[in-house]
Amino acid sequence: MSSELIITIFVAGIAAGTTLVFAAVGEIIAERSGVLNLGVEGMMLAGAVTGFLVNRQVRAPWLGVAAGISAGATLALLLAVLVVSFKANQVVTGLALVIFAIGMTGYLGESVVGVPPPVTFNRIALPGLSDIPVLGRIFFVQDALVYLSYVLVPATWWILFRTRTGLNLRSVGESPETADAAGLSVTGTRYAAVVIGGAFAGLAGAYLSLARAPSWVPNMTAGRGWIAIALVIFATWSPLRAALGGYLFGSVEALGFRLQTVGLEVSTFFIAMMPYLFTIVVLVLISRGSVQRRLAAPSALGNAYLREER
Amino acid sequence: MKPAGGLRPRLVKRLLPSRRIRVAVRLIALLGAFAVAGIFLQATGRGAGAVYRAMWTGSFGSPYGQAQTILAAIPLIFTALAVAVAFRMLLWNIGAEGQFYIGAFGATAVAYSAPDWPRWLLLAAMVVGGLVGGALWGLIPGALRAFFGTNEIVPTLLLNYVAILLVDYMVNGPWTDPATLGFPLGKPFSESAILPLVGNTAIHSGIYLALAAALSVSMVLSRTAWGYKIKVIGSNARAASYAGFSIPRNMVAVMLLSGALAGLGGMVEVSGVVHKIQANISPGFGYTGIIVATLARFSPIYLVPMAVLFGALVVSGTELQTLGLPSDIVLMLQGVILFFALAGELFVNYRLVWRAGTVSDHPSTPAPVSNRAADLEQAG
Amino acid sequence: MPRGGAPVTSAIELRGIVKRFPGVVANSNIDLELRHGEVHALLGENGAGKSTLMSVLAGIYQPDAGSILIDGEPIALRSPRDAIQAGIAMVHQHFRLVKPFTVAENVLLGARTSWLLSPGRLEAEVADLAQQAGLKASPSARIWQLSVGEQQRVEILKALYRKARVLILDEPTAVLTPQEAEALFVTLRSMAADGRTVVFVSHKLSEVMSVADRITVLRGGKHVGTLETASTDEHRLAHLMVGRDIAFESARAPGEAGEIVLRVDDLHALSDLGLPAVRGASLSVRAGEILGLAGVAGNGQRELAEALAGTRPPTRGRIELYGADLTRASARRRIEAGLAYVPEDRLGTGLVGAMDATANVMLKSLSKHRRGPLLDYRSAARRTKDLVEQFGIKMSSLDAPVRLMSGGNLQKLLLARELSSSPRVVIAAHPTAGLDVGATEAVHELLLEQRASGVGILLISEDLDELLMLSDRIAVMYEGEIAGEVSADDADLERIGLMMGGTGADAPPMAAGGG
Repeated sequence: MSSELIITIFVAGIAAGTTLVFAAVGEIIAERSGVLNLGVEGMMLAGAVTGFLVNRQVRAPWLGVAAGISAGATLALLLAVLVVSFKANQVVTGLALVIFAIGMTGYLGESVVGVPPPVTFNRIALPGLSDIPVLGRIFFVQDALVYLSYVLVPATWWILFRTRTGLNLRSVGESPETADAAGLSVTGTRYAAVVIGGAFAGLAGAYLSLARAPSWVPNMTAGRGWIAIALVIFATWSPLRAALGGYLFGSVEALGFRLQTVGLEVSTFFIAMMPYLFTIVVLVLISRGSVQRRLAAPSALGNAYLREER
Repeated sequence: MKPAGGLRPRLVKRLLPSRRIRVAVRLIALLGAFAVAGIFLQATGRGAGAVYRAMWTGSFGSPYGQAQTILAAIPLIFTALAVAVAFRMLLWNIGAEGQFYIGAFGATAVAYSAPDWPRWLLLAAMVVGGLVGGALWGLIPGALRAFFGTNEIVPTLLLNYVAILLVDYMVNGPWTDPATLGFPLGKPFSESAILPLVGNTAIHSGIYLALAAALSVSMVLSRTAWGYKIKVIGSNARAASYAGFSIPRNMVAVMLLSGALAGLGGMVEVSGVVHKIQANISPGFGYTGIIVATLARFSPIYLVPMAVLFGALVVSGTELQTLGLPSDIVLMLQGVILFFALAGELFVNYRLVWRAGTVSDHPSTPAPVSNRAADLEQAG
Repeated sequence: MPRGGAPVTSAIELRGIVKRFPGVVANSNIDLELRHGEVHALLGENGAGKSTLMSVLAGIYQPDAGSILIDGEPIALRSPRDAIQAGIAMVHQHFRLVKPFTVAENVLLGARTSWLLSPGRLEAEVADLAQQAGLKASPSARIWQLSVGEQQRVEILKALYRKARVLILDEPTAVLTPQEAEALFVTLRSMAADGRTVVFVSHKLSEVMSVADRITVLRGGKHVGTLETASTDEHRLAHLMVGRDIAFESARAPGEAGEIVLRVDDLHALSDLGLPAVRGASLSVRAGEILGLAGVAGNGQRELAEALAGTRPPTRGRIELYGADLTRASARRRIEAGLAYVPEDRLGTGLVGAMDATANVMLKSLSKHRRGPLLDYRSAARRTKDLVEQFGIKMSSLDAPVRLMSGGNLQKLLLARELSSSPRVVIAAHPTAGLDVGATEAVHELLLEQRASGVGILLISEDLDELLMLSDRIAVMYEGEIAGEVSADDADLERIGLMMGGTGADAPPMAAGGG
């Protein structure tokens, strides 16, 4: 019984964590280029509502996903214009984006609140892999977007750390003067990183509204974008560790809801608080930072770059 | 110089940004935001004219709307003050929303436990309840930042969700009013827990508290040694610790004050407007307060008129709802206004100049739009 | 312009370069001609416009007027990329290196090699050139693990890898020991011998004389002369550089050192990254003497100064001021005990750039300028006015943010505040860095006045000439420890240099570090 419960928690934890993983990996890409994107929550909402609406129109969840990705990328482009070209403060700009997106998605999704989607992503057991004891049931009886994350996460890691593109991107986040002096385009790199990061956030949102909880509810991300930002610090800016952390955070979310089913007398409101409190506790634990953690943070994170300004 | 062929724009930093340009940029930002949002409304088939007319009627355009605007400005003054105080030390308190809720929670706890006290005593106790609640909620991220170095942005924000859930729990459980048959509403406050109105207006006397808070915060920040200290810490933390100012201690103090201000806003709202505790007591006052404070450049005085302006926006949302239009338009508009203001900031800090390239007889390279600007670079 | 007998070809010509910054004309109509195969020194004091001119040549700044010719052809250098393609490489004072990256990754950054990074191959690609650049560290070492001198070699390696024909070095010796500097000169000469053009930017006369073929002197943003090294001398150069004669000898009057006022015993402290930076430093300063602290940047001097000032907690050891234990005392208590600190970055630590002079003057004497909880701004303003007059500080107005002041006046304001508090011990970190000769002399005079009035001074500096001129004793800091100490009267540059490079005072002298 209890081992069965643990497996169900992890199965749900992977699904819950995948949203966080997508969003955190996107944020890692942006932050590695030196841009602190605090608008993730907003980009996720945009991805969620657009994905849901498009799927409802065309009855094709993959097109919904594509639309969600573009919506996240579009908002990210707006953020990039403001913080890269207009040198606006990255914190306020991110917040403004979230406020804007809450309003915009509420407005766009007004007519579909609580409407069930025509088609959704369903769980598929991967032949062969799903037969692995325990792990097979946890990792390989999931929906297609979870499998997509299994590909995207290592691919992102590989590009960041094993290719010239990744080297250039990281150099821009560590030392824009150096990248500039080496003839790389700081502006171009940051635009690209932020937009790709936004695309990931859009994907995270679309995953929520098309697979994890197929529906549209205003503000349905419920702070997951912010948790993803915390997750990036926890993961020391590595996509692989972000995946592990995402599943851990997801399992905490899943744990709460399972506790109720086994008849634990805790109010749903307190259970709903758990992911937020857990995130804060984790942030505190890791902020007594080691040397490694401080070295991992991109040095130019949060700073605009102007060549003739010192 | 005028732009002409062969000339290209570059940015040159202004040594001292002028106030006139700053005001102009704010105004253009406001107009631009309404224009862009109008296009969006038109494109999504709502008719910008009708929406804007309804918003005007719901806010400045009618006596009822005007009173509602002031009523919405009051909590905004408190949350914007909370943001502004924290920002003096370069702390981002994006948790004013949660502190507002916990302030309301504290005031409500007092109101429910001593409903029969004389009005002045109960109200004073509720003020204390609001201050303490908000201060405690601000203390958590403040202390984490001061003693563990945990950046305050994410914790302040996540605590908003926790605060809202806590109030949700109370109004669905211990404080629920049995008469409402399961709606998330608390029992109505006793008569003495309600702030009196100002004269024969619809505005409650919380406005005095708001204005007094703005004035006192302004005085404390500009005239006292403590205000000077936190300004030094905010401008240059290294210089502050070099001068012997304790950064952790002042950080905690600032977050206590910041949270207390937002908490007082929560008290004033339940005691002056809602007259009970309920779910969703705030339509995002904490977040709008960030915009108000930012646009007022974190000045405790300038944020008062700015709060009135955004109060009008907030209440115009309610008017839209009564007409069957989504009130989210208002939230969207707030975001767009801030976008424009942020973009405009570039022109406050930099001057656009047109000038020739390095060698004009080099036609193969097209003239790109350059972002390079010069600071006061002491050449060496 | 004097010319040698052999036929010469110019590699680069700068014609009529003008560069303005708000309120300053950094370069005013400067002409400069650089030849193939020469080491060309660009000499001038701080603020003369050397770095600006070279940044124009490196494509970082766009000139307001003038043209650049490479091998006689006009060229537009709109970005560093243009300059790299034109074969121009610059080694900045603040290195353009990505600290967490390896040497090889830094060298190959921006170069067109394969998209895939396979670690072994990257390193093999740079190994040969690394030797030529005189780099001893492995190409797979991370930059933050290297000494400053090694990091400089990585910059040179980058230039070699990009097949630079013109190499510009901005104040390259500021971070080196004298021996490392000598070794660098050898490398530069051999690069010139290969036909490259080396531009050596400096304000140090002796270095310029020993390394350059020709010397161009800038003063106040103007070109004041180009000379053959062989046909000039230091006095003539000094006159050109400053516009008047300057004294070379020590200004220090003999003095009587009193009791020990500051004693530091086995002090340990961590760097910002949490790594050990001060590792058992011990020293003592007496009343009425200047103890000079020499050392290459990054050997724990900043952390030591901060641990003394109370802004960095010591992890071990003891600090005594007039016999009282202040090891755990707050910065506030140390200030009250008579410790004044002139930190190395004026605007970063010493002053609040966004605030006006008065607000800066009351920074460390808040208790004197308050009535109850309220600020007494008026008394602080009066004191500021007095200081401005007494110390001859120039500023546009008392209410303007101090970041608008020039470096020299900022430093005077900082010193005025610190010295007017009648301190008993002064810690001065790089008090003349970035100042012109006039301001430097003024700062030196102020420090010597304090010494004469019985104050104990710890003078931290990278400028050995300055230390020799002012100090009674010179201690050398290396890797967080005091490597040795010499009295100024029998100090010799070579011995100090060896200690700066980690070769102990008592150890037999070894060959100079670096290739």
